[in-house]
Amino acid sequence: MQLSLGPVLYNWAPERWRDFYVRIADEAPVDVVSVGEIVCSKRSPFFAEHLPEVIERLQRAGKQVLLGSLILVSLRRERRQTEELCATEDALVEVNDLTCLRSITGRPHAIGPYVNIYNETSAAFHVRQGAARICLPPELPISSAGVIAAAVPQAVIEIFAFGRVPLAISARCYHARLHKLSKDNCRFVCEKDPDGLALKTLDQQEFLTINGVQTLSHACTNLVGDIGALREAGIGSLRLSPQDCDMVDVVRTFRDVLDGHEDAEGASRRLSDLYPGVAFANGFLRGQPGFSFV
Amino acid sequence: MELICPAGTPAALRSAIDAGADAVYCGFNDETNARNFPGLNFSRDELRKGIAFAHGRGARILVAINTFPRASSVALWQRAVDDAVAAGADALIVADIGLMDYVAKRHPGQRLHVSVQAAAANPDAIAFYVGTFGARRVVLPRVLSVAEIAEITRETTCETEVFVFGGLCVMAEGRCSLSSYATGKSPNMQGVCSPASHVAYEDTVRGTTSRLGGFTINRFAPQEAAGYPTLCKGRFSTAHGDGYIFEDPVSLDATTLLTGLKSAGVAALKIEGRQRGRAYIESVVRHFRRALDTLEQGREADIVSLKPFTEGQATTLGAYRKTWR
Repeated sequence: MQLSLGPVLYNWAPERWRDFYVRIADEAPVDVVSVGEIVCSKRSPFFAEHLPEVIERLQRAGKQVLLGSLILVSLRRERRQTEELCATEDALVEVNDLTCLRSITGRPHAIGPYVNIYNETSAAFHVRQGAARICLPPELPISSAGVIAAAVPQAVIEIFAFGRVPLAISARCYHARLHKLSKDNCRFVCEKDPDGLALKTLDQQEFLTINGVQTLSHACTNLVGDIGALREAGIGSLRLSPQDCDMVDVVRTFRDVLDGHEDAEGASRRLSDLYPGVAFANGFLRGQPGFSFV
Repeated sequence: MELICPAGTPAALRSAIDAGADAVYCGFNDETNARNFPGLNFSRDELRKGIAFAHGRGARILVAINTFPRASSVALWQRAVDDAVAAGADALIVADIGLMDYVAKRHPGQRLHVSVQAAAANPDAIAFYVGTFGARRVVLPRVLSVAEIAEITRETTCETEVFVFGGLCVMAEGRCSLSSYATGKSPNMQGVCSPASHVAYEDTVRGTTSRLGGFTINRFAPQEAAGYPTLCKGRFSTAHGDGYIFEDPVSLDATTLLTGLKSAGVAALKIEGRQRGRAYIESVVRHFRRALDTLEQGREADIVSLKPFTEGQATTLGAYRKTWR
């Protein structure tokens, strides 16, 4: 089973972003790394100057690099950016919106967790179009994932296994709205929250996380205890989504479980230490409410 | 512009057509449609009769089969497609790419509309659906401004349809798992959002608290009207204070934008609310029929208040006016 690192979803300082990937390249036992700004097109220029170096470092370290496309494409410049991305030969494109399909169909590509693939006929359609890897939508239960994996054995099927779950994308920026700014003049206030902005209920119960136009869970997905079942279901890859914590150690923890050097209980303890104060969840996988841990 | 109206029951279908709908959209009474509420929607027989009623009055029936088929049960959705085609549906509204592929291959002559749940938000995505499945119309997400709608319609070879009234998703439709995070039930999989089965109200001296799946979604002062706890329209708390973080409990009302939507080249206007009663359907459809007729005669639409029919009795122009930017 492969380990893959999802793209950084938060607005990190560009140098920190670069250093993060350099360390992943040098130290993290991960097979696949998806890079690129996929949440907000306004952030992309900051990372653009470091992107070629990051891709090269990761590829030289033997990682397969995926270039993620923007989740919600509406502006003219976003369409242009998406088209340019789809034309790239440097690495496999990870399609996060069907906008890409028009130009990428027929060439090998990956599909990210933002594309709706809920069943085997949709998965088969995408594989016929050239999808070599599919990261399934996080809300999909394992029963469906297993059916899909069996139907398209030629593709690597991936499951979102660590990190706060992306739950929604909007045209409206909630960071800007909270700071009483317009989206066009947002002053990039999301950079103040490198792990997202906590949203609680009025009873102060932890609930969601705001990341600009994206809304994520508060709880952190943790599927270390489900790895046996995922293997049995034919899942070929686990996606670990970067949070503001030691992701190299998070990758090592999952790798130790995959290699049989650590059991699920010990791994969960390590993950709690690495990413303290955040509840774990795996409810989606079990067909339960996503926040639950069963 | 065509006026597309919702119907959750055969009675609502007849009311909508009598009130002036050019077309009515509805779904089967199972998980194949995105308004899968108890007691709502059509049996096969009711759909056949509804289509006969509509065709007798020069109206059309669009059948929404717009949830994402569950793995290993895809046949249930394919059967819904076959039955809707056999019943004489004027168009199918579909979201799932595998199901669109099925419609295009199995029923190549059938008119196919891309559901809002498919989240086609720009001309390139729409061109993919048109080129691959021969889609004839796309229902645009409620995240676009009128200027963007005009640009998309200009660049698109199929017709565009936009929502003008009713519930307003602030998240891109078909790409939201907030409901299933709190309740285990989602629009994409079960055809429900913030389902009533998971709602609870608690009255205390401080007022009424509404909950969804155990999470407090709102709290109302004793004299304040307690609204339904739709997750994205709740009051929450952040380091920057408490309030309606995503959106106020408002409904969309684009009556004042009809002229703009017409010049944008939009082919059809859609009213949300298959779960709503006949009184809502009749009043809202009549209102828009009158507004559209006025517009067709070259006059400005007269504005009658639809506030009694809106969530929280408040309306918004949503993303249509560019304030979200």
